[in-house]
Amino acid sequence: MIREAIDGENPDRLYTVTAGRSRADENAFDLVTLIVSESEPAPGMQSELAAILRMCRTPTALVEIASELRLPVSVVKILLCDLHDTGRVSARHPSSAAVKTPLPRPEILKQVLVGLKKL
Amino acid sequence: MDSRSSELAGGQLGGGQLLSPAPPRASLPLADSITDALKIVIVGGFGVGKTTMVRAVSEIRPLSTEETMTGAGIGIDDTGGVREKNTTTVAFDFGRITLNERMVLYLFGAPGQERFWFLWDRLFAGTLGAVVLVDTRRVADSWYAIDRLEHHGMPFIVARNNFGEPEHTLPQLRDALSLSDDIPLVDCDARQRSSSKSVLISLVNHLYTLSTAQETSP
Repeated sequence: MIREAIDGENPDRLYTVTAGRSRADENAFDLVTLIVSESEPAPGMQSELAAILRMCRTPTALVEIASELRLPVSVVKILLCDLHDTGRVSARHPSSAAVKTPLPRPEILKQVLVGLKKL
Repeated sequence: MDSRSSELAGGQLGGGQLLSPAPPRASLPLADSITDALKIVIVGGFGVGKTTMVRAVSEIRPLSTEETMTGAGIGIDDTGGVREKNTTTVAFDFGRITLNERMVLYLFGAPGQERFWFLWDRLFAGTLGAVVLVDTRRVADSWYAIDRLEHHGMPFIVARNNFGEPEHTLPQLRDALSLSDDIPLVDCDARQRSSSKSVLISLVNHLYTLSTAQETSP
């Protein structure tokens, strides 16, 4: 797969993007947490943060941000923590992330079925 | 398109280009009214057609991304052969389906290989359910995925990606997979939108049965 490619990447660059931090609160964001910009990019802002603010003018899932910026998911989580803590983005958390039972509620599944049948 | 070559192409796109300028967005923006995102994971070996299935039903062309597991994680998990490495990377593809004005469903195509499972909880906690996509020529590849899903308590169905003359009947395949009778096993052609759609519907029907049984049990 793409392991060789990323292994060849200069790790200093990832270090720079996250200003040296290596961990975000793992539970703060899900892969499909939808991020919405609450402000416009500021002049001189780190380019990745500015890109996120532009991208999230419409709700955008964390995983789509990672794909678009070509950064690992965990790096994007760190960037999003920054933006979220300073109120520059808001987050729409998936309802399923809050549910600790292994099975989704029937009423959610019914809506999924209706949506799929329309495909 | 051949599933194997498409997965190769996806893999080559994925890495090694960190921080390069973002290409123009190929994806359709989500509606502002969407508040809830759901996940379904399609698990299967290399070249079995996961990306093909995602592409068949997704409203955006499949995208790929990756997650890294750091040295700290490797110390905790038994990663065997990759122990000497500082990080290991798992790549996965995804697409999406807008279900209604409020809900969107993300479909992830995930590799079934061993190192992937160390990232399951981090990436796929809260997933509705999974589809194990089986290649009839490499049935044994699916055993590990089925075992791991059971271990994680993740409900799933099994779909045989079958676009030729089937060598075996579904009951024979069920036997080969040691699959219990209450887990649905279906045939599909991952290249066909209607076929891939009905696999997803089979999964959600199965989840619905499990979920209502759970609610009505004392």
